[in-house]
Amino acid sequence: MAQEKLSGSEIILKALVDQGVDVIFGYPGGAVLPLYDEIFKQNRIRHILVRHEQAALHAAEGYARSTGKVGAVLVTSGPGATNAVTGLTDALMDSIPLVCFTGQVPTHLIGNDAFQEADTTGITRPCTKHNYLVKDVADLARVVHEAFYVARSGRPGPVVIDLPKDVLINEAAYISPAKIKHKSYKPQVKGDIKQIEKAVEMIAQAKKPIFYCGGGVINSGPAASTLLTQFAHTTGFPVTLTLMGLGAFPASDKQFLGMLGMHGTFEANWAMHDCDLMICVGARFDDRVTGRTNAFAPHSKKIHIDIDPSSVNKNVAVDLAIIGDVAHVLEDMIKVWKSKQYKPHDKALKEWWRQIELWRARDCLRYDRTSKLIKPQYAIERLYEQTKNRDTYITTEVGQHQMWAAQLYKFEKPNRWMTSGGLGTMGYGLPAAMGVQLAHPDSLVVDISGESSVQMNIQEMATICQYRLPVKVFILNNSYMGMVRQWQELLYEKRYAESYMGAHPDFVKLADAYGAKGLRCDAVADVDAAIREMIETDGPVILDMRVDPEENCFPMIPSGAAHNDMLLGSTDEGQKPISEEGMVLV
Amino acid sequence: MIMRKEEIRRHTVAVLVDNEAGVLARVIGLFSGRGYNIESLTVAEVDPGERLSRITIVTSGTPMVIEQIKAQLGRLVPVHKVRDLTVDGPSVSREMALVKVAGGGEKRVESLRIADIFRARVVDSTNESFVFEIVGATEKLDAFIKLMQPLGLIDVSRTGVVAISRGAEGI
Repeated sequence: MAQEKLSGSEIILKALVDQGVDVIFGYPGGAVLPLYDEIFKQNRIRHILVRHEQAALHAAEGYARSTGKVGAVLVTSGPGATNAVTGLTDALMDSIPLVCFTGQVPTHLIGNDAFQEADTTGITRPCTKHNYLVKDVADLARVVHEAFYVARSGRPGPVVIDLPKDVLINEAAYISPAKIKHKSYKPQVKGDIKQIEKAVEMIAQAKKPIFYCGGGVINSGPAASTLLTQFAHTTGFPVTLTLMGLGAFPASDKQFLGMLGMHGTFEANWAMHDCDLMICVGARFDDRVTGRTNAFAPHSKKIHIDIDPSSVNKNVAVDLAIIGDVAHVLEDMIKVWKSKQYKPHDKALKEWWRQIELWRARDCLRYDRTSKLIKPQYAIERLYEQTKNRDTYITTEVGQHQMWAAQLYKFEKPNRWMTSGGLGTMGYGLPAAMGVQLAHPDSLVVDISGESSVQMNIQEMATICQYRLPVKVFILNNSYMGMVRQWQELLYEKRYAESYMGAHPDFVKLADAYGAKGLRCDAVADVDAAIREMIETDGPVILDMRVDPEENCFPMIPSGAAHNDMLLGSTDEGQKPISEEGMVLV
Repeated sequence: MIMRKEEIRRHTVAVLVDNEAGVLARVIGLFSGRGYNIESLTVAEVDPGERLSRITIVTSGTPMVIEQIKAQLGRLVPVHKVRDLTVDGPSVSREMALVKVAGGGEKRVESLRIADIFRARVVDSTNESFVFEIVGATEKLDAFIKLMQPLGLIDVSRTGVVAISRGAEGI
């Protein structure tokens, strides 16, 4: 019996349902009208209409990061696809699983410079994990299922499916996901047991060890965080997390040293520098983490656990690599540790912790608590205190506020922290918060932002209001592009070239204009009340928190410097001028 | 464990890929985007049934860079296999060139004589020109082309290196 034939648009919607998609973020246009017509006729998949395609990608990222599912996006051809490029690159850098459908001109017009034509697969090839141009509707169901498999498997990432308009209209038989098996893409999930045994032996012998863990732990699923916590407690080793890894290990745990890297804590960076064994779990030795690589943890042996073989030995050569999924590898490590009845080196560890406590005693995140101006750190501390016992998700934009949030907001669980790490995309946080709120309608979702970043996707306030999403926009308003200003102060003798914006909107009126509530706070004494009002307001809020315009984010490892060359505060400035090599680095 | 010595070495890498639109662009884009060298690249379908193509790339770099190149190639979705024919065992490699030489008199005779020494074949001939076909190692082709230069070299077309491992094992 011949199978019933469906149009390309019907095939896509059926495939989305089979892939467990319940929300798709998008923006219509000529090339995708057949698909939009099909969306109109059904109610299993909810379409969220954004105001700019970039925001659709970030919203899907927020959705994906907070749920562990694949985020789905639909945009039109030409400008729809090119506007998606920033979000795709962001998702690629931070390993976020997305499937993005892009419209395309009909197959017979491809290459003719037709209206709203762009070489989408050409443009997105370097900013996706994989992409497809579907020229025959008979391939469509297979391609959609493959795309979801590729997006979520191995090291996750964004996948683009480019859809010529005629392919959306033509008909073919549907193929269910169970019948699809990928020919070539089969990432290794289980680690090599011999390597794992060697690693565990090294761990048992370590005297000054540290766990350095990243976003790979989050991507591996909540079980990975539980296993990491278990193994850290069994060994008693200190743990530091990257920006992307925050929440993978409870921040309130005594063994947690805070975030490491350029704006990481004194204790985390010194422990990295002085360790004799570094156990890197799902992190990638990014330049923001390592500082100067030839001075990076010079006396250490390094173990690297990663699902992506290309992450190994890319920036830093390691002594032992285990390719596999973090949760699987940690599970095997714990098994080996127990079966061989290893014991940690108690005496050496006691000495190591004594040293770490001395570093910790420097209290590197301290700030002036007597200031008459609102210190941004204070605002974040108060936000944390008032939200820690609630079901809270935090997103951020990019800049000083992001680093303060990373330093001071304490994440106890994975998937609660959404930030643009690799690409550093200003304008990420507001749409990401939108995506998080859609996935968790009853939770508190706060976008910690700066007044410059938030304006890069401020139009999404309209989306937030349209869908009545109670997102809280917590603006640390210092009237500057703060991180740019900080670098200009420290590296360019306070020549503040274009880091000050002479005009900002009145954020209270702006909130009102969109139909949200606007609040302003400019006195230290009012901070708590303002935060309380923001949280207790039913619906979206913009809180314009007027903070000290000249506060800097410390500690800081200047570009091209080593971990033990960090600046702790304004009194440190100028003692160690930035090297010429460092000036070249970003 | 990779070697930490920093010397730059030439490697021949064979890559088995799905023969689909854009696959070559993915490979080339990877090299240009990440700043790796391509000294030569050849590609053709080798298994029409399975629709597989084989790409042979000659590249150079430090051991760390070569490891990175292979790992980056390996993570491209349509890539089935990556083999480093320079370090994974003995291999044979060949390149072909078509070399056009024009002229008359003593030079014309001399070019034929040298072609004979190099076992190059004449595949086209006019009263004032020859096209030679020469097959061999890259260095042999280089030497032949250099000798043809003073004898009226007009045009060279080279295939780039193709290579395969010795022995009974497949890729």
